[in-house]
Amino acid sequence: MARSYGIRHRRSWQRVARDAVRQTSIYVLLLVFGVAVMMPFLWTLSSSLKPAGAGIRFPPEFIPKVVVWDNYPHVFRLIPFAMYARNSVLVTGFAVLGELLSASLVAFAFARLRFPGRNVLFLVVLATMMIPYPVTMVPTFIMFKLIHVVNTFLPLILPPYFGPAFSIFLLRQFFLTINPELDEAAKVDGANELLIYWRIIVPLSKPALATVAMFSFMANWNDFLNPLIYLSDNSMYTLALGVNFLRSFRGGGDLSLQMAASVMFVAPCILLFFIAQRYIVQGIVTTGLKG
Amino acid sequence: MTSAEARLKGAVTARGQGLHLTTHQREAVVGYLFLSPWIVGFLVFLVGPMVASVLLSFTQYKVIKAPVWIGLANYQRMFSDDLFYHSLRVTVTYTAISVPLGIMAALGIAILLNQKIVASGVFRTIYYLPSIISGVAVAIVFAWIFNFRFGILNYLLSLVGIEGPNWLGSSRYALSAFVIMSLWGIGGTVVIFLAALQGVPQALYEAAEIDGAGSWRRFLNITLPMISPAILFVLIMGVIGTLQTFTQAYIMTGGGPANATLFYLLYLYKNAFNWFEMGYASALAWLLFLVIMACTLLMIRSSAFWVHYESGKEGGV
Repeated sequence: MARSYGIRHRRSWQRVARDAVRQTSIYVLLLVFGVAVMMPFLWTLSSSLKPAGAGIRFPPEFIPKVVVWDNYPHVFRLIPFAMYARNSVLVTGFAVLGELLSASLVAFAFARLRFPGRNVLFLVVLATMMIPYPVTMVPTFIMFKLIHVVNTFLPLILPPYFGPAFSIFLLRQFFLTINPELDEAAKVDGANELLIYWRIIVPLSKPALATVAMFSFMANWNDFLNPLIYLSDNSMYTLALGVNFLRSFRGGGDLSLQMAASVMFVAPCILLFFIAQRYIVQGIVTTGLKG
Repeated sequence: MTSAEARLKGAVTARGQGLHLTTHQREAVVGYLFLSPWIVGFLVFLVGPMVASVLLSFTQYKVIKAPVWIGLANYQRMFSDDLFYHSLRVTVTYTAISVPLGIMAALGIAILLNQKIVASGVFRTIYYLPSIISGVAVAIVFAWIFNFRFGILNYLLSLVGIEGPNWLGSSRYALSAFVIMSLWGIGGTVVIFLAALQGVPQALYEAAEIDGAGSWRRFLNITLPMISPAILFVLIMGVIGTLQTFTQAYIMTGGGPANATLFYLLYLYKNAFNWFEMGYASALAWLLFLVIMACTLLMIRSSAFWVHYESGKEGGV
């Protein structure tokens, strides 16, 4: 009896030791990878505060000896950064608004209204997500060129107003989880579809709408290919083009200036991410699992 | 009563009569009204351009002059265009390496995060953070990180006694640099895998443990099959997205050195917007479309052999 107890006791001790080793190695691995992932962020931040010429010094410093805050205002003096920022805010703002409006209306139709061909059309929406953008890129450019709106924000702002498939899909999935009895009750009270959409579905879908807004913001704010195609005047550049333009600019080849510009460019994304993190993670999971 | 008034009155009555719709008809009309933004967008920004793209691919169109019908010449040209083959090879090679590597790395990290650990939320945030700033900023920062003489990557390698290569300046290593960079952005995949892992019923593991299955067996026979739908999803999305790589290459190397990073979309872009070969660019776009469709179909077909769907549970939408 005592003997068997002793064995069990030793086994449990082995087990504890093994678990401790396991647990520690998990943390070590996660930390090592985590540091590797964070490194470019931290390095960007620290480099944005280094004096001129730090980019061509070896070995590179991780923490600047002298902190040069002036790199940030210097970016504004070198390129019209504020104007680029204004352009980016305009384009992104209108695009996000359009995507929220159109995608939620269309998703409402797919989730709640009955009309012939609904299921087939929804499959078409899903299928359009598979079509690579390059296929329509050239003719769309020619179309916008023919109506003389190239080098305006219109080609960047307009398409989101016409139901982007991914957001329709995401919102439709969410709307389906809202209890339809709420609609029925409103209908009995004489509410029409528009009222149900605006008074019931939209207020109850704030997390999903926040997710769509975030994704749309990130996509438009970071978009490079479309501004590159459509915006040729420097005064029309968005930040994505402007930050890249800085590299080719005289005096803009400096590491610290490029990093300062990059920090300012990505700051809104990171800020918004932390505000809406919960929704975003939820959104990825919904689309990832039900796709 | 003028004829215009009569017409108006007629229209009004017709409309008035039209309002006597059955409930079903009314619902259908309202449905299509709500749907109309998408219908318009579908026609104007998708079907229309796709048709135009097919037609353009049979023409020579240099924007300043009207398109000239040249039949299949653009497609024939492709098959004798070395850069076409080259860019396709670069893109497919990059996709074939970076997507599977990214999936394996993401799965590894997701498994680590799925253990009972404190602060898993913090780690998840850290891993996800890079994927929200894809594009220009990443390319600019990594262009410095990969710098041959002054970059931190080669500096860190030198600390452990490795002499780092001229990453972006040598045709041998440039594509590897892009693969390394792509691994930095796997956070989205990690989050998807983590959710899939959390969805695996714990009872399966307990049953397997009673049967004496070790952790490796449990991983192979329970975890992998149970999360295989998520792997398929990530694989398809990854391949479609990676075949369209553009921004990094445009900013970091411009396709060089010696076209080592001339990705397909970059070559297409140059044809369309630097050399104004709109017809040829359209033909190139359709070939990319075919490649993407073929890959997608292949992955979906192959899924019958390796993706596990729970019987009786409806997959998909």
